[in-house]
Amino acid sequence: MNYEEIASKAKTDWDNMTNGRVPLIRIGTAMCGHAAGAFRVLETLKKYMEANGIEANIQEVGCLGLCYAEPLLDIKKPGKSRLFFNNVTPEDISQIIDEYLVSDKYPKEKIFGYIGEEGPLNDEASLESMPGLRLQNRIALRNAGHTSPYDINQYIANGGYSGLNKALTNMSPTDVIDEVKNSGLRGRGGAAFPTGVKWSFLVGSPGPTKYILCNCEEGDPGAYNDKGILESDPHTLLEGLVIAGYATGASNGVVFIRHGHDGPINRTEQAIEQAYESGLLGENILGTDFSFDIEVALTGESYVAGEETALMEAVEGKRSMPRYRPPFPAAFGVWGKPSNINNVKSLSYAPEIISKGADWFSSIGVNQSTGTAIVCLSGDVNRPGLYEVPMGLTLGEVINDLGGGVSDNGQLKLLQTGGPLGGVLGPDSKDIHIDFDEMRSAGAIFGSGGIIVGSDRVCAVDLTRVLVAFCQFESCGKCFPCRLGMEHLLEIVERIANYESKPGDMDLMKSVGGTMEAGSLCGHGQLGFGPIRSAITHFEEDFRLHIEENRCPTGTCDRSKIVPKNTRPYATDHVIGE
Amino acid sequence: MTTKKDNLRTSIKEAIESQKRPTVTVLSSLLAIQDAIGYIPEEAIEEVALHSSTSINSVFGVASFYPNFRFTPPGEHSVEVCWGPTCHLKGSTEILEVVLTKLGLTSEGDTTDGKVSFRFNTCLGACSQAPVMSVDHELYGTADPELADKLLGELDQKDHQSTGQSS
Repeated sequence: MNYEEIASKAKTDWDNMTNGRVPLIRIGTAMCGHAAGAFRVLETLKKYMEANGIEANIQEVGCLGLCYAEPLLDIKKPGKSRLFFNNVTPEDISQIIDEYLVSDKYPKEKIFGYIGEEGPLNDEASLESMPGLRLQNRIALRNAGHTSPYDINQYIANGGYSGLNKALTNMSPTDVIDEVKNSGLRGRGGAAFPTGVKWSFLVGSPGPTKYILCNCEEGDPGAYNDKGILESDPHTLLEGLVIAGYATGASNGVVFIRHGHDGPINRTEQAIEQAYESGLLGENILGTDFSFDIEVALTGESYVAGEETALMEAVEGKRSMPRYRPPFPAAFGVWGKPSNINNVKSLSYAPEIISKGADWFSSIGVNQSTGTAIVCLSGDVNRPGLYEVPMGLTLGEVINDLGGGVSDNGQLKLLQTGGPLGGVLGPDSKDIHIDFDEMRSAGAIFGSGGIIVGSDRVCAVDLTRVLVAFCQFESCGKCFPCRLGMEHLLEIVERIANYESKPGDMDLMKSVGGTMEAGSLCGHGQLGFGPIRSAITHFEEDFRLHIEENRCPTGTCDRSKIVPKNTRPYATDHVIGE
Repeated sequence: MTTKKDNLRTSIKEAIESQKRPTVTVLSSLLAIQDAIGYIPEEAIEEVALHSSTSINSVFGVASFYPNFRFTPPGEHSVEVCWGPTCHLKGSTEILEVVLTKLGLTSEGDTTDGKVSFRFNTCLGACSQAPVMSVDHELYGTADPELADKLLGELDQKDHQSTGQSS
């Protein structure tokens, strides 16, 4: 079948589903929905419908971005707008179903708003005019919360795989790379390297076997946007991956996910299976000469496995420890073949960039940071969520307009951005724009998009202790500056947090940090001192109080401290054989 | 006569051979075994080494590197509490205190009756619902000490119902 035939059939199915005979009930079951109890609600819903003989089409969908409102139940009756019920519990189900599916009534206190051209049923709020959706410009997450990640036809019906079709039928591989270069897309994994340039490194490498690796290790605490894309709309990643394969002349794609994150793993694997069945993966994609295979590879729990050469080691089934470079991945990558590593978000933009063009994409955003930022907003904020906003918004706008301000009427004290190796910013950071270069010069990074908000009840020393504990725990141990340096830094920060610091500790930390920066093999050690440096820059007073006055400004450090340390099960306890 | 050991070896071989993903590695086999039987016994290290034509040392090197592998049978229930920065800021320490006290543990590990295996988790992936904990792989967001206490209490009850024992 050619693309037009596939698309027209998918469109008919979609119209029948969204405006058919029976109501369409969508429920958000991404990680945020899951943690809010969506599966318990879904189970109750299914049982209730069956027991009472009520007919409806129930679909699991991803995250609309408004994680604070999960579990979100979205009911579309024929000819009516979609009505959303928020923070639904299993106990709410019988009332919502009895009232709204049988009549046009519903429990008022559970209503969140509506989406749809048909307008409100009574006087419900328009979700799209609330800041949580109005300020978003969803590109990579355009289908999240609307289509089922389990159904390729829902993706195709909403324009899915048209970018790939355009690339394969109307564009040469060089055209595709030029389009991505012109769009100004920069890698969303943390380093912000231009994606089109990165792809071009692989073009000249010898084939026939070449790999595009997609990194969804995402061990950063505070970031969940990669998993969010895979759980909500895995096909946008797959389409981007095939486009990257075509552009670079690669033969294989590997999506790399951490073991245990079953939502993203299962949904991606099912999506791959469906793409093969539809002729969108495998031999002669859409009847062209281009062939491409994709598989999922799992890693054990290891933050460093997100580093590109460590990732290749893990794909090969070894310890995820970084390799020496050169040789660089474009020459000698996974299994010794030329490879190119991209983040989930970077690849997920490709379909829309090809469909709508480089100029469209580069018109969104600011300066050298084009397109959107996918922000994972968490911590002391009223409306935590997964917000895809144009680059160039200020951090203040993100916290106040999207996040609804600091929770519990607190004052903003700090922001932790870019993952545990990123940085800590002070309350004066509200005016900083989300711009890769501006944030870097402010001493933080945008990185993978996590923004953790801390109110004035948070102690900067305490948070630093946890960040350093995480980095120490996750050091892979290959190079000594990181292995020993992290341990040393943690010792010193713990001394300070326990009011047991020694004279010269602050200078000692800087000296250890300097050695790590200069001598570590990968970013983990090179950037490992970053959180401490930015914390002592912005919160010198917090550190001084602990060191000189033996007190914690918020009292946090007086309470018990439970942080696992050295819990990597190194071989000491379990010797195999003699 | 087949022994328990033989059965274990058979399950291990099945787990290695029934992997569906096209690329099979030492790591993928170890993960498949852990998924199938819950831990990595010595026999698994040997079988993976045989299957991958590599040494027992190399396989154990991989298994001991990733903290999600365990080398003894797990408890009947798994409890995990996230201690990542967001969950820490939102109060995971108080949850950890309750969980550790209630389970009679001082750190990660199994309860003395072998019923519950407890782990620290660096990120359960739902930071917008922090603090997060999981019981038997079901996630619970915006958790607090009361919820932790309730969930662990429910585990006790479940066990009593299924075995008919009293404490």
